[in-house]
Formats: sequence, structure tokens, C-alpha cells
Amino acid sequence: MSSAHQTCEPARVEELLRTLAPAVLGVLVRRYGDFGTCEDAVQEALLAAAVQWPAEGVPANPPGWLVKVAARRWTELWRNETARRRREEAAALLAPPEPAPAPASDDTLTLLMLCCHPSLTPASQVALTLRAVGGLSTAEIARALLVPPATAAQRISRAKQTIRASGATFRMPPPDERSTRMAAVTEVLYLIFNEGYTASSGSALHRVELTAEAVRLTRQLHALLPRDGEVAGLLALMLLTDARRPARVGPDGALVPLADQDRSRWDAAAVAEGVALISRTLARGPVGPYQLQAAIAAVHDEAPRAEDTDWPQILTLYDLLDAVAPGPMVTLNRVVAVAMVHGSLAGLRHLAAAEADPALADHHRLHAVRAHLLDLAGDHEAARAHYELAARRTLNLPEQRYLRLRAARAGHPPEAGTGR
Amino acid sequence: MKYVILIHSNPAAWDALTEAQKVEVGRRHLALTDDLAASGELIVTEALADPSMTRHVMVRDGRTVAGDGPFAEVKEHLAGFYLVDCDSMDRALSHAARLAPYGEIEVRPVMDLRAVLDV
Repeated sequence: MSSAHQTCEPARVEELLRTLAPAVLGVLVRRYGDFGTCEDAVQEALLAAAVQWPAEGVPANPPGWLVKVAARRWTELWRNETARRRREEAAALLAPPEPAPAPASDDTLTLLMLCCHPSLTPASQVALTLRAVGGLSTAEIARALLVPPATAAQRISRAKQTIRASGATFRMPPPDERSTRMAAVTEVLYLIFNEGYTASSGSALHRVELTAEAVRLTRQLHALLPRDGEVAGLLALMLLTDARRPARVGPDGALVPLADQDRSRWDAAAVAEGVALISRTLARGPVGPYQLQAAIAAVHDEAPRAEDTDWPQILTLYDLLDAVAPGPMVTLNRVVAVAMVHGSLAGLRHLAAAEADPALADHHRLHAVRAHLLDLAGDHEAARAHYELAARRTLNLPEQRYLRLRAARAGHPPEAGTGR
Repeated sequence: MKYVILIHSNPAAWDALTEAQKVEVGRRHLALTDDLAASGELIVTEALADPSMTRHVMVRDGRTVAGDGPFAEVKEHLAGFYLVDCDSMDRALSHAARLAPYGEIEVRPVMDLRAVLDV
């Protein structure tokens, strides 16, 4: 293959490959139709490139190279399969038609919609999206999701079988289904983001950063659909949340709550980008749940100190969110805003009402909020008991440590600089 | 979310089962294992050897010793476990329910240690 043959670091190659992956897969699926086999073939082409390009140089036409290698691999896979099924005679009929390359941008969106097909479980949607659209290998996905490679592989192959069985094809869904399918896509992207955000604090080597991956994919989607307010809102929400990451966990691994974070460590560029994006988007309307959550994150991020936070505005935004997309966590966060605006007793009254929701009744966050409000209201004994209760209910170890610390300190205002 | 499904057994109850019932228990485990593997929810499952094989590890005067331990007479013992990755506790419970007619089944969520491991 004659090429520019410029050598390239493996990290740059990885990045390039992952950008190209959905377009290459799009060309293949358009040409051959069978999503499952095409996806396998593209994976193998990506792996081959990951090995060859850093050593031999990036070819002059990277997507062309990948399509060629993937197509060759697809033919082999297809032949193996047909041979196994003793359908050799059919193979003769399949002279691969030459492709009519379609714009890559459409392919990414179509792929996302296919990976977030309603017949799949959320776990399968996440795994398949990371592989088919994100261009991650099964091993990388397994590491990122902390499951054994066999489990991740099974999830992906099961997802492909399910898609095949559902009869879904590589096509944009009809217009009347599109908004539901877009909602599924944004939900999966948010799920990927949250998986990374709750999981990781540092940038562990050899581990794909799921938050970065979610931001990258959402950025792509936003570039394709710049007028979709919810996609823009989701991107802004991710940027504004991820901006706080450097201040979120102390050097000892302890969780630092928003109010105690060293705001000078926030990523100012990400905050600026997120604020600009959500301001632009809100001005255009109509307003959806991701935009409202991003707006709330923006109000927090714009406060130079925790005590400067514009809580009345946050409460208004939670009122709107509660009307548009009610849910247990919205209820709970709204209670906190109520307490910040109208005092802890008002907050406690709202909390008693919130407890009627079975999803919240024994949730550790409900206990933690109650403990915090009781502490503010001066009932330190009860606060201690509820912090303990919350600590026993959480599954996250840093959070557990933090809640135990709060239990021990109930009645004492948090000391400046602790927990960092 | 990861959950562990613990199967507690009791030798007296096990001995009281008919041969056909014991075979049925085995079938249920095999079927559950197959289904969990197929759905991509299975992380690992093992059946544990007879509790008479158990050794307890202790440190005495700075030396590590292994022995039968102080708990020679225990009625219930851990007979096996599944580690699964499911969307919800309800889903984990529905898997566990398939084993429930025989033995004492316990389902516990697994702590998330990732943030700690990454530091």
C-alpha cells in the first residue's frame, strides 16, 4: 500500500481509528447488510491498523484502507459461516456490489440509533455503542465496565443477535419514531458518562476513560444535530459536571462534596464552554430535562464560592425539572434547594413528603439529606443516626467514608481544608 | 450493578431430599448458569466443596496456622455463589428466585471500590 508513511504514535493512531470507526462500519453495513458480521470485520480491521500503523505509518487514505481490510475480512467471515452452514451455492451469488459511499455523518447517527435499539437492555446498549460507535475493543470495554472480557463479549454478541432477531436494519428510523430513539441515544450516552464519573477519580493507565468517551460521542452527535436542544443540553451537562472532577476527590481518595470543593481546581475552560453552550441553547427553546440539568450545573459552576450560589434560581430550575421530568433524584435535589432557600425545617417537611415514593424510602441519599438538614436544624444526635444509616446503605466506599466522617462531626461545622 | 447470590445449605435438609430432587437442584443451577452467561450477566459462579474440607487460617504468635477452626459444628454452610452484573436488585432477585425452592438464598449488592482502586 503506497502511502504517506508518516510514523505516528500509538495514542494518535488510536484516536484516529476511533474517529473513523463508525464511518467504516457504516460503509460496510450499507454494502453487505448484516450488522453483526460487519461489526466483527470492522473490529478486526481496527485491530490490524492499531498494530500496523504505528510501525509502518498511516496510509494515505486511512478510511479507504480500513474499508478494504474490513471488506476482505467480512468476505472470509461470511465464507466461513456459509461453509459451516453448507450453503456454498449461495456464496456464488454474492459478488460484493461496489459501494455507493454515503456521507459518514449520517452513518454515525444511524449507528447510534441501531445500538440503542429498544429491544436491547441498557447494559447491552452501552456495550454495543462503545464498540460499534466508540470503536473500543471488547477487552477495553470489559476493563472500562469492570466485568470479565467473556461477559462483555457475550453482551455484545447477544446484542447483535437481538438486533438481528428484531429485524432492525441499518436505516434511520421513521420520523415518528425518531424522537423516542433519540431519547434512548442520549440516555445511553449519559449512562456511559455516569458510569465513568462515579467510577474513576484518576486517569489510571490502560483504562479507557468513559467520561471522556461519552463527551467525545456527544460532541460528535451535537456536531451532527446542532439544532437539537437536548443533545446540546446533554453535552453542556457533561462538560459542566466533568469540569469539577479535579476537585471532586482528595489525594487520599476521599470524596469532596460540591460545597467544600476547591473551585480554583475546576476546569475553567470546560466551565466556560458548558456555560456558553447552555446559554445559547436555552435561548432557542424548547427546553428539555438535559438543558435544565445543565442550567442547574451552570448556576453552581458560576458561583465563585459555595456561599455565592444562587439558590433561588436553582430552586426555580428544579421546579421546572420536576414538572418536565419528575423522578426520585429530582425530588431529592429539589428538597435540598428548598432548604437552602427557605430553611432546613421547610426542607425537612418536603423530605417527609418525598419519602412516600418507594424508590426513595430507604435510599441512602434520602438519609444523607435528612441528616444534613437535621444537623443544620440543630438536632445533632438525630443527624448522626441518619448519617450512619446513609453510610450503611451506600455501595460506594469513598461515599461511605465521607458519610461516616459527617456522622462523627455532626454538630461541628466542617473545618476548612478538610478532606482534601 | 453487581450482586452476589449466596446459596446457604444445611446438610440435614439436603439429605432429606430425594435423588430426583437433588438432580432437579443440579438442573436448576445449570439452567441458571447458562441463561446468565447467555444474557451477559454472569461474572462467575462456583459450587463449594463439602464443608468438611474447610480450613480456617489464623495467626498465632506471629505464625500463620491453618486448622479445622473453632467452628466444627455449624448447621448452615455456604454451598456456592454467583456473582452477577444486573440492571437492578429486582432482576438479581428474579434470578435468585429460581434457586429458592431448595436452600436459603441470600442476595447482596456489591460495594463499588473502583474510585478507591483508581487512586
